[in-house]
Amino acid sequence: MSKIKPLEEVTALFKDGQVMMIGGFLCAGTPDIFIDALIDMNIKDLTVIANDTGFPERGIGRLVVNKQIKKMIATHVGTNKETGRQMNSGEMEVDLVPQGTLAERIRAAGVGLGGILTPTGVGTLIEEGKQKLTIGGKDFLLELPLRADIALLNAWKADTSGNLVYRVAARNFNPLMAMAADLVIVAAENIVEVGELGPDEIITPGTLVDIIVSAPVKGGL
Amino acid sequence: MSDARELIAKRVADFFEAGNLGNLGIGLPTLVANYLPAAKNVMLHSENGFIGIGPNPEPGTEDKDIVNAGGMPVTIVPGGVAFDSSMSFGLARGGHVDVSVLGALEVDEKGNLANWNVPGKLVPGMGGAMDLVVGAKKVVIAMEHTQKDGSPKILNKCTLPLTAVGVVDYIVTELGVMEVTDEGIVLRELAPGVSVVDIQCKTEATLIVPETIGSMER
Repeated sequence: MSKIKPLEEVTALFKDGQVMMIGGFLCAGTPDIFIDALIDMNIKDLTVIANDTGFPERGIGRLVVNKQIKKMIATHVGTNKETGRQMNSGEMEVDLVPQGTLAERIRAAGVGLGGILTPTGVGTLIEEGKQKLTIGGKDFLLELPLRADIALLNAWKADTSGNLVYRVAARNFNPLMAMAADLVIVAAENIVEVGELGPDEIITPGTLVDIIVSAPVKGGL
Repeated sequence: MSDARELIAKRVADFFEAGNLGNLGIGLPTLVANYLPAAKNVMLHSENGFIGIGPNPEPGTEDKDIVNAGGMPVTIVPGGVAFDSSMSFGLARGGHVDVSVLGALEVDEKGNLANWNVPGKLVPGMGGAMDLVVGAKKVVIAMEHTQKDGSPKILNKCTLPLTAVGVVDYIVTELGVMEVTDEGIVLRELAPGVSVVDIQCKTEATLIVPETIGSMER
């Protein structure tokens, strides 16, 4: 059965207050079609988990500018001054997480682990309130899994059963988030028939994907 | 480019051995790529998810999916490889990156590094910096020796929130090359025309001065 759906079927699932993971690294691999829809519908009070908040006029940053995010969990927000302003004024809660730790917390949720132990952040502000374990004489922080209601992802190619392939730096958090949300929705730049993507080429198994929306890139690739 | 930045970038490039995997931070560290000889076959890791950062693309050939950690268009060299963020930081934390080059706001004699947070100012976030320094085999700080107002950046003890504890191996500035050891910071090389007194005057930490000090110029 094809997982390709019109955008309207997806947007009907968006609700105020949801926890959303959004793929991408400074807009590479961010599904703009869903950002546009969230803005059009003015969905509010979101908790967004993503690498960064893009730029004020591009990517996830547009949700910040439109004041739709209540809490942001990200690694770096320096490319979007509005995020810093809302963080300082208290309008938006921002939880800054080291990038490798964010990746592993999402992966942990997706692969059924109760947490991960990382040396990153030991001896810094990051360790506040966290359990520290000493293993083999080395200190590690216990970091807990991160899950979402919805993952909004971007793929270069999808087949109609949801198997996904990403392209170079547009992969980033997308395959990790595909395992860590109740509902996984993908904007696919190219859609192909089942069988056109080889089993060794597919990065995200279609079984993890709920819905595909066609989102061709202008000019194409 | 100023002579100081060129001097620093050139010297840092010398820390790379043939076949190394390196990571260059944003700003001054990025310039190091200009001085890596092709014969060394160094591959550069881009934290956003690939190995094999190539030269900047010709205008008009930029590719939205091939960008560096600053979001700027780059290219990927033959033999380059793409992966997700877990693999990217697994490479860093797991000790598979040979040399990680970063800038710093402060470094101290214990090798502590502060480069992500100035309280009271806008906090951009640590991005990948905390992970990139905990696992790299060699952490090299490439920076100007003092703050813009002339106050020292190489301190007895960092005052800003730390990025990581005890991770810095070498510090390269326009004045010299220093190695962080268990005993303290050892002065290894001086820039042309710079004396031991000159560099010590601009450094809060007491530099250990060995009998022979090399020249930073290559």
